[in-house]
Amino acid sequence: MTQQEALYKYLLRLGDNALIQSYRLSEWCSRGPILEEDLALTNIALDYIGRAQNLLQYAAAIEGKGHSADHLAYRRAEHQYYNNLITEMPRGDFAYTIVKQLFISTFEFLLYTELCHSKDEAIAGIAGKAIKEVRYHWTHSRDWCYRLGKGTAFSNDKLQQAVNDLWMYTGEQFEMGAEEEMLSAEGIAFDNKALQSKWLEMVSTVLTASNIQIPTESYMQTGGRKGVHTENMGHILAEMQYLQRAYPDATW
Amino acid sequence: MMMDAIIIENAFQEKIDRDLCIEPKDQMPEKYRLHLIRQMSQHAHSEVIGMQPEGNWITRAPSLRSKQILLAKIQDEGGHGLYLYSATETLGISREEMIEQLHSGKAKYANIFNYPSLNWADIGAIGWLVDGAAIVNQVSLQRTSYGPYARAMVRICKEESFHQRQGYEIMANMMKGSTEQKEMAQDAMNRWWWPALMMFGPHDSDSPNSGNAFIWKIKRQSNDVLRQRFIDKTVQQAELIGLTVPDKDLKWNEEKQCYDHGAIDWEEFNRVINGNGPCNKQRMDHHIKYHNEGAWVREAAAAYQKQINEFN
Ligand SMILES: [Fe+2]
Ligand SMILES: [Fe+2]
Repeated sequence: MTQQEALYKYLLRLGDNALIQSYRLSEWCSRGPILEEDLALTNIALDYIGRAQNLLQYAAAIEGKGHSADHLAYRRAEHQYYNNLITEMPRGDFAYTIVKQLFISTFEFLLYTELCHSKDEAIAGIAGKAIKEVRYHWTHSRDWCYRLGKGTAFSNDKLQQAVNDLWMYTGEQFEMGAEEEMLSAEGIAFDNKALQSKWLEMVSTVLTASNIQIPTESYMQTGGRKGVHTENMGHILAEMQYLQRAYPDATW
Repeated sequence: MMMDAIIIENAFQEKIDRDLCIEPKDQMPEKYRLHLIRQMSQHAHSEVIGMQPEGNWITRAPSLRSKQILLAKIQDEGGHGLYLYSATETLGISREEMIEQLHSGKAKYANIFNYPSLNWADIGAIGWLVDGAAIVNQVSLQRTSYGPYARAMVRICKEESFHQRQGYEIMANMMKGSTEQKEMAQDAMNRWWWPALMMFGPHDSDSPNSGNAFIWKIKRQSNDVLRQRFIDKTVQQAELIGLTVPDKDLKWNEEKQCYDHGAIDWEEFNRVINGNGPCNKQRMDHHIKYHNEGAWVREAAAAYQKQINEFN
C-alpha cells in the first residue's frame, strides 16, 4: 500500500462518515419535535454535507482518476463505503438521534482537534473549519441530553434506551486500519485508539449529569470501516443514488 | 357601536389613511386584528407545510450541491415560518393555539402545497413558480399596514428571490440536459403552472370579501393585478429555456402590453381548497403525526426549564 492509497482510503472514511451522517440528519426535515429543532438538525446536516464535499473532493484529487466528489458520493458500490456503522443506524426517535450525535460529535471533537495539526495541509484546513462546527454540534446534543435526561421520567427512559441501543456501535470509531497506522506515523492522521479514554470520560460526564447509566456492555459491533455494513446501508444508497444510477449520463 | 369604539376606529383609520404603520401596542379594531391573525397564521402555516413537498426529495437529491441548496432552502422556509409565527404572536395568539387551529382545520395554508412533488424537476418548478408567485404577493405585502408583518416580509423577500433563482437554475439545467431530463422539466411545468396561477386567489370580480383588506391597507394590490405581474415575468423566462407554458390561449396582447391567459379551472381550485386535493390529507396527517410524536420532547424541555427556573 502506497501512502497515496492510504490517504485516499482515509479520506473516504472521514468523508463517508460525514456523508451518511448528513443523510440521516436530513431525514428530520419537517419531522422535528418543534420547528426550532427542525432547523437545528438540518443545520447540522448542512455542516456535514459541506464537510463531505470537501473531504470527497480531496479524496478524488488524491485518487487521481479525474472523478468528482459527486462521483465518489453517488457511484460507489456498498462495500466501497467506509463509514462507521453508527452513522447508518436509522433516524429513530429524537433521543436516539441526540445520543447518536453526542457519541459522534465527542469523537469528532477529539479527532478534528488533532487533525488541525495534521502535516497534510488540506486535512488541517478541513479540520480547522470542521472543529468550529463540531463544537456547536456537541453542545447542542449535550444540552438536549440534559433536557431529556432530567426533564420527565418518560424522556429519561427514552434517553437511556437510546444510550443502551447505540452503545455497541461506539467502539468502531477507535479502530485503526493499516492505512491509519501508516498515516499517523507520518503525522498526517491520528491514532484513534489514543482518543478512547478521553471520549469515555467526556461522554460519561454528560450522561451522568443527565441521570443516565453508562452501559457496561463491552461487545462492540464493527465492520463499516472495512466496507461490511448493516442492512440499513443498501437502503440509504438505493435512495441516495437513485437519480445518478437511473440516469447515468445526466448532469444535474 | 359604543362611543369610544367609534373614536378608536376613527383614529385608527386616520393613521391608515396617512400610510402610518400599526404597531402591536396601538389600538386597533377587533376585526382588523382577527383579519391579520387569519392571514398571517395562514402565511406561517404555508411556509411550514411547504417544507413537505420539497422535503420529499431531500434524500434523493442528485448531487451534493443540489442537496445542500435544497436543504438550505427548506430551512429558510422553516425560518420564515418562525418569523411569521412570532409576528402573529404580537396580535395576542400563541404558536400552540395557531397549530391547534391548523390541525382542527380552522386555519388554512396555501393550497399549492396540496399538490405532490413527483420528479426532481418539481424542485426546480416549486422554487421558480411557487416561490416566484409568492414573491409577487410578498413584495406587495412589504407595504402592508401592520408593522411586524411588513417587516417580516422585507426580510423574507430577500431569501425568496434566491429560491426563485435557484429553482429556475434547476429548470434551465434540466432543459439543457438529456431527453429524459427535458421531459421531467416539462412535466413539472405542466403540473405546477395552473396551481401557481391559482395562488393569487379568485378573480377580483369574484372576491367580495377583500373590501376591508383594502380599506385597512392590509392588501394593496388586487389578485388579478398581482397574477398578471407574475404571468408577464414568468412566460418570458419559460420561453428563454425552451419550456412550453401549458395554456393554448396564452398570447401577447399588444394593446394592453401584457399576456392574455386562458380560463383558470376554478372548480379544481375550490375542490382542493375544500379538502379534496391530491395531498390535503397527507400534508395534514404528516404535520399532526410529527407534532404529536414530538410532544414528549417538548414536555421534557418545559419540565427541565421549570427546574432551572426554580433553581435560580
Ligand atoms: Fe418562504
Ligand atoms: Fe421560499
